[in-house]
Amino acid sequence: MLVQFYNVSKIYPNGVKALDDISLKIDRGEFLFLMGPSGAGKSTLVKMLFREELPTRGQIFLASRSIVRMKRGEVPRLRRNIGIVFQDFKLLENKTVYENIAFAMEVVNASSKEIKERVTEVINMVGLKGKEKSFPGELSGGEQQRVGIARALANRPLLLIADEPTGNLDIDTSNEIMELLFNINRTGTTVIMATHARELVKSAGKRVLMLEQGKIVADTPPGEIAL
Amino acid sequence: MRPGSIIYFLREAFKSLSRNRLLSIATISTVAISILILGFAVLLTINAGALMNYLESDVEIVAFLDNDLTKSQITDIKQDLTAITGVKSVNFVSRERALAKLQEKYGGNEYNLKETLGKNPLPNSYEIKAEDPHNVPQIAVQVKKIDGIYKVNYGQGVVERLFKVTRWVRVVSMVFIVLLVFAAVFLIATTIRLAIFARRKEIYLMKLIGSTDWFIRWPFFIEGIFMGAAGGLIAILILAAGYGSLISHMDALFFLPLVTNPGILSNVYISLLVCGAVLGVLGTWISLNKFLDV
Repeated sequence: MLVQFYNVSKIYPNGVKALDDISLKIDRGEFLFLMGPSGAGKSTLVKMLFREELPTRGQIFLASRSIVRMKRGEVPRLRRNIGIVFQDFKLLENKTVYENIAFAMEVVNASSKEIKERVTEVINMVGLKGKEKSFPGELSGGEQQRVGIARALANRPLLLIADEPTGNLDIDTSNEIMELLFNINRTGTTVIMATHARELVKSAGKRVLMLEQGKIVADTPPGEIAL
Repeated sequence: MRPGSIIYFLREAFKSLSRNRLLSIATISTVAISILILGFAVLLTINAGALMNYLESDVEIVAFLDNDLTKSQITDIKQDLTAITGVKSVNFVSRERALAKLQEKYGGNEYNLKETLGKNPLPNSYEIKAEDPHNVPQIAVQVKKIDGIYKVNYGQGVVERLFKVTRWVRVVSMVFIVLLVFAAVFLIATTIRLAIFARRKEIYLMKLIGSTDWFIRWPFFIEGIFMGAAGGLIAILILAAGYGSLISHMDALFFLPLVTNPGILSNVYISLLVCGAVLGVLGTWISLNKFLDV
């Protein structure tokens, strides 16, 4: 078991109840879609996994370690096991493709030899060979998201979290990005993806978790057609 | 910390300095102006302090002796005076010496005071210095009690007021400097906050990727130290040039004793430089913590 949520609730200081008594288990190697309307609590749930938000009540475990009881100084180690892909890519505009990916390894203190090898490897994996020296502004949206995914993969995470990764992309590009995420999942990385895009989810045949008003309203196992 | 990281931190710090050139210049200027004002206040305070010491050290007690005392009685009085606690020195001034001094001071070569006055009207006296000039009034009271002394003079009234003024000047200048330091910290922190705000996305990303707070802080601290020291250096150059020319001009114009001791001045300048670097780090610390809380 990679991820466990036990009776997790989150009430923000302004009184908004984002999550309401969520219990959830995710296995190693799973691919999980997190669906639901805006404000259903998808982002809150995802942010709890890398401890940007803490629950008001309940327990969360990642690889059997409590995220809730973790000390502030232990958070970096937790995050090094998680790769995050953002809707708006969050690339550094003044760094090249290569530097953006290397950045993720530099900040966790990897040696320059490791960085060189791994960056080349993940650039090939996401299909951006030849674009190493381009700046994000010179790339299409799909290419920018590939850089984002390569950066998330650089530190060989146990878990890849993608929060609306196709939200800013057209249908064809979205399908390409999905294909890439499925490939990554096939190599053994657990993937959690929050999304609005029903079409992508329908055709995928993966486990789907439906959230509404902070509660799980459906948990469809892989192979069954959700929605 | 690995040696590789130090190089990484230095490289990142100087990359960021040149990339955010305008903000770097703004920060350095802010530090320079703050340190310049602070340094000006410090020099002013030091000179005010030196002037106060100079004025206070001039305070002494003059005890006038009865005219009919014998030599041994005069010596006895000296012993009594020396026995008073807090007395630093006792110096006998004979009536002849007193007249000669007066002649020197007011008569010049045109008048012969002794001839004009017909006889020497001045008494023998003791000049008494206190270890701490502030104790002069209390010591004077005890001096007055000694037999054979008919009058004690220490600038009564004026001295008490002088001490009030010197204390006021010292307190006010200290308060002023403390306020200036606070203003400088605030000003520099605000400017640095702008520079950090421009890079908040980068900091957020670093945090989510799993870098430690210190890994993020170091390049910013190096930047802060560099900008603080650079600003401090500019301020010191301006200050030293300005004060130097003031010394050379004032020398001819005033009797005011300016502090020119190179030891004291270089201490002031070095302290200001360190102060600049510390302000740079402090400003970075204050501004950065908010952005690290992810």
